[in-house]
Amino acid sequence: MAIDLTTLTIKKAHEGLMSGDFTAVELSQAYLEEIKNKNADINAYLEVYEDVVKQAEEADRKIKSKININLLIGIPFAIKDNILIDGRKVGAASKILEGYVAPYDATAISNLKEKGVVFIGRVNMDEFAMGGSTENSAYGVTKNPVDTSRVAGGSSGGSAAAVAMNGALVALGSDTGGSVRQPASFCGVVGLKPTYGAVSRHGLMAMGSSLDVIGPIGKTVEDVEIIFDAIKGQDKYDSTSFYPHEESGQRCPLTTLKIGVPKRIFDQGGIDEEVKKNFNDTISKLKSLGHTIIDIDLPNISHALGVYYVIMPAEVSSNMARFDGVKYGNIKKGDTLLEDYLNTRGEGFGKEVRRRIMLGTYVLSSGYYDAYYGKANKVRNVIRADFTKAFKEVDVILTPTAPTPAFKIGEKTKDPLSMYLEDIFTVTANLVGIPAMSVPSGVSSEKLPLSIQIMAPHFKEESFFV
Amino acid sequence: MIEIKDIQKLATLSRMKISPEEAESLRSEIDSILGYVADINKVSLVDVPDEEMRRNVFRDDKDSNVSGEYTEKLLALSPDRDGNYIKVKKIL
Repeated sequence: MAIDLTTLTIKKAHEGLMSGDFTAVELSQAYLEEIKNKNADINAYLEVYEDVVKQAEEADRKIKSKININLLIGIPFAIKDNILIDGRKVGAASKILEGYVAPYDATAISNLKEKGVVFIGRVNMDEFAMGGSTENSAYGVTKNPVDTSRVAGGSSGGSAAAVAMNGALVALGSDTGGSVRQPASFCGVVGLKPTYGAVSRHGLMAMGSSLDVIGPIGKTVEDVEIIFDAIKGQDKYDSTSFYPHEESGQRCPLTTLKIGVPKRIFDQGGIDEEVKKNFNDTISKLKSLGHTIIDIDLPNISHALGVYYVIMPAEVSSNMARFDGVKYGNIKKGDTLLEDYLNTRGEGFGKEVRRRIMLGTYVLSSGYYDAYYGKANKVRNVIRADFTKAFKEVDVILTPTAPTPAFKIGEKTKDPLSMYLEDIFTVTANLVGIPAMSVPSGVSSEKLPLSIQIMAPHFKEESFFV
Repeated sequence: MIEIKDIQKLATLSRMKISPEEAESLRSEIDSILGYVADINKVSLVDVPDEEMRRNVFRDDKDSNVSGEYTEKLLALSPDRDGNYIKVKKIL
């Protein structure tokens, strides 16, 4: 039977699988067919796994014998190319990792394997998750399925595009400064950045270790919640992982939410007029639904992006030091060991990665450390304290997800700073460590998706879910 | 104002070979990014309560996995191998 992939959700797929309307093999084949038709143009997938049908057969076998029945059994996933699956190629869309095969499973992946999901393939991204458009991938840009002259966003552009083009029911991405939420916004799907530590980083290639978190992308809030529930929790392999055992019991009340909107949110330049209008319309709509809108003061929020672009490159320059062509990856040999390093890293890393390593090396160098890295960390604490204070008054805080709808391919590649400004609303949640979710809130006059971002206090993801 | 020789120094410290053309474009790009982030120095620092301070969380370096469990897989990934060793060029 033909499966309507456009309106499919995890629960609907589960019902279909349980009632025998379709098998897991048929479900996966429906997605493979879409990929065959669309991926050459969209370029969401870097690799479609050869054993998809075999994985689905395994799920069907369990469904038939009623073993391990759960909502995620047989559900097709796309996985960002920086999350390790044992025995499969993974490369962070970088030439320096060409041919690398993961020696173990990321914890989020083991969690999904226990549920019996089907991994369709690995999807494109900005190299090592550095970028907001997937234009920094060594394997070409991912086009936006809504308008193929535009970017899918980034860095998890392949994850968002795969879901939007019906190339997978759901996907995993990673978010260091907005990399799950912004592409979700550009492609018109839902993206969740969990609380820092709520999902183990074990097996996620490190970018900014105090900021990184794995997050789900799906078509509905419910789908994202189901995946989050499957991958969250403390993990002995990530000492920074933590999730309270008790449910907070504060699920989203449908009528009585206190919603904070930061004052002077649009003071900063570069915010698209349609984004502003859509945000204000959304706020009015929420008010008319009975929610209370409260103007809140986040006095240092305008400095978040500056703080982020000091701390993130500093952590990047440290984390990227491991790629030396000695232990793994694609070595470019010279006459001496030093030349091996210079060639391997000079040729293996793309331009944006090199730029951030240099910037990080600068802000960490003696003489500049206090003025940049030291100061940024202090301001980070001040911003965190501002949010704690704000959350005493409100349940959630709302902003747009991105300052613009999806932009044209090539529009921002000449000026790195203009690309960095894309992160203006999203980086704060990473600096503070709080959860944030991007939800579609309408379309622009050019029919491009727009989204709002909802932020909640640490470990209060439940307040996003009805 | 960051100079070309600073860029060359950073590239050496970062162990990356970069072309003179890239050094020139990096000079202006890094200069404009540093100009943007320098604004954080305008923030007047207030006293932040201890619970708002982030801290490192360490675990003991033990009981991570069975000894030898990943040895073969990891060695197989190295570009140049000699038995159970990874080969590198002479350092000194």
